[in-house]
Amino acid sequence: MPLVGDVKGPRGPVAADVDKATGDAYWRRTSNLMWLMLAIWAVAGFGVHLFATSLNTITVFGFPLGFYMAAQGSLIIFVVQLFWFAKRQNAIDEEFGVEEE
Amino acid sequence: MSDAPKAQSGDFLSNLGRIYGWYTGGFAAFVLVLALLEQVGVPNRIIGYLFVFLTIGVYALIGYLSRTAQVSEYYVAGRRVPALYNGMATGSDWMSAASFIGMAGTLYLQGYDGLAFVLGWTGGYVLVAILLAPYLRKFGAYTVPDFLGARYGGNLARLAGVIVLMSASFTYVVAQIFGTGIIASRFLGISFEVSVFVGLAGILVCSMLGGMRAVTWTQVAQYIILIIAYLLPVVLLSAKVTGVPVPQLMYGQALEQIEALRLTKEALAGAPSHITPFINSDPINFFGLIFCLMLGTASLPHILMRYFTTPSVRDARQSVAWSLFFIFLLYFTAPAYAAFAKLEVFTNVIGAPIASLPEWVSIWSNIGLVRVTDANADGILQFREFVINADAIVLATPEIAGLPYVIAGLVAAGGLAAALSTADGLLLAIANALSHDVYYRMIDPQANSKRRLVVARILLVVVAIIAAWVASTRPAGILAMVAWAFSIAASGLFPALVMGVWWKRTTSAGAVAGMVVGYGVCLFYLIGTQYYGMPLWFGIRNISCGLFGIPAAFLTTFVVSLMTQAPSQAMQDFIDSIRTPRGGVRMVGGEKVLD
Repeated sequence: MPLVGDVKGPRGPVAADVDKATGDAYWRRTSNLMWLMLAIWAVAGFGVHLFATSLNTITVFGFPLGFYMAAQGSLIIFVVQLFWFAKRQNAIDEEFGVEEE
Repeated sequence: MSDAPKAQSGDFLSNLGRIYGWYTGGFAAFVLVLALLEQVGVPNRIIGYLFVFLTIGVYALIGYLSRTAQVSEYYVAGRRVPALYNGMATGSDWMSAASFIGMAGTLYLQGYDGLAFVLGWTGGYVLVAILLAPYLRKFGAYTVPDFLGARYGGNLARLAGVIVLMSASFTYVVAQIFGTGIIASRFLGISFEVSVFVGLAGILVCSMLGGMRAVTWTQVAQYIILIIAYLLPVVLLSAKVTGVPVPQLMYGQALEQIEALRLTKEALAGAPSHITPFINSDPINFFGLIFCLMLGTASLPHILMRYFTTPSVRDARQSVAWSLFFIFLLYFTAPAYAAFAKLEVFTNVIGAPIASLPEWVSIWSNIGLVRVTDANADGILQFREFVINADAIVLATPEIAGLPYVIAGLVAAGGLAAALSTADGLLLAIANALSHDVYYRMIDPQANSKRRLVVARILLVVVAIIAAWVASTRPAGILAMVAWAFSIAASGLFPALVMGVWWKRTTSAGAVAGMVVGYGVCLFYLIGTQYYGMPLWFGIRNISCGLFGIPAAFLTTFVVSLMTQAPSQAMQDFIDSIRTPRGGVRMVGGEKVLD
């Protein structure tokens, strides 16, 4: 039996806090950010390392670039990416007024 | 007791920076005092004892002070752990004895190809942050199977989750206890079997009285010790070799010298390149392993449950970023360890007369981690005549750098902290799944909170003792089995968790079928190739068996979901409510929202 609308929770009736249009638009933006993040993840985690052999011909401060990307470069990208993601997603939450009270 | 800790913890939480600042200073002072004691002639054995017992004593004290009688404190530390400190706790929860001691050695032995571990064990946090942690936090679970039970309406999905969790976490925790046993026996000079139970005591005092709350604050303390212990020796070694105490930047020079020596030094004939990719593993195994480790990271319950403890969804996201940062500090240093150790071996060990090798070689030969043979009887050590165990690299660095024994004791304390903290997290994940999901949710939903806590503690002790007993039998290949945990967790849990949040159409039947198929395919390939001589599929090693299990699980979940009736409107509302940070969670069918 599909229940439509609000469901009674143990903390009393829980109102639908966000109207449907806003909710959908919010989720579209959140999904787009998710795909962008996954793309960066795929490139840093896999993509660049496909070219490790050719990147190794370039040397920076003694580091062959292909080796460096797997040892440190991609890790730095992941860390920066996550701090940026947290900031970006918070901004999206606020834009749609769905941040936590 | 139930009221007092609450008042205390208010003070405690607002003073975290000061408390852990003093703690770090106190630890530094402790190391300096031991260094002085060593100079005035206190024997090494006593220094080892002091390191092991004083650090375990501090963890026990924190565990005792964090005791609690409240269910939400026990399971999720009252959901009050600030993002930064939860990040530190996750760091030590994550980094095990294998990361601390074994990682640099793997890089030493495998060169570029070992970097699959560095990439796989960091990149997974991106998936945790964007796909899972904020939504699981919003749902407000106590355990990972809790989410499966609510999303897939029933105990079948919950039970499937518990089974995957148990199989992934149990071998992992046995390996950690094994690791504490090895470290404790080496530095206390007692038998391995006894050391295992010393380690067990160390683990239990941290977690039994205070559950997640105690484990959290001990893990923060353990992170501080393990990161100091990891960085200090290699910083000093870098300063000695290059004159600059920043190993992460300076090991480029070491890499250049290693490659130059390899090509010019006669005794190094046969040494593989340190920087050339795909020597030990072909690209498909290299990338396959990265893939399985990353998705496994995002499915291991002892990691996911750390994000249930933050005060908000926003903090959960921020906390994953901090976790990765604190993990990164160790992982981006590991390649430097490997390079400096290799340079030392290539310059001063290989090609030297066997009669006059550096002192550290004989120290570690005695323990069996280094083996020197003179196969061609020319009195000169050739590359092929020198074998070093992966575990020796980090442990031997203090001696390689000619540092006093106190630094070796510090490294041991760090390794112990890494093993204990991971074991704590894993044990808690297993015992909580049993006490919360199996006992409370499935067997006796009427149990009051006092009874639930008693059951939780008893199960914790029982699981710990079984794990310690298994470890004390020195099971063969236990360390190899740890790597399997990632594939098992990813195949069994990742699709059900991710699709549960991101695809509303996922049905209970689809999720359960996906979990069963993924877990089944993964285990079939593992056991078949490992024990029954089954040929490898496409040449993929069984450490990456998730490469078959994960797609199978995704596909099954997808197909079966489309074949079964779409989830009810109430379920779709529930999914909407966990996707949105604001507002309450709209549970289906009158299930209770947890505190």
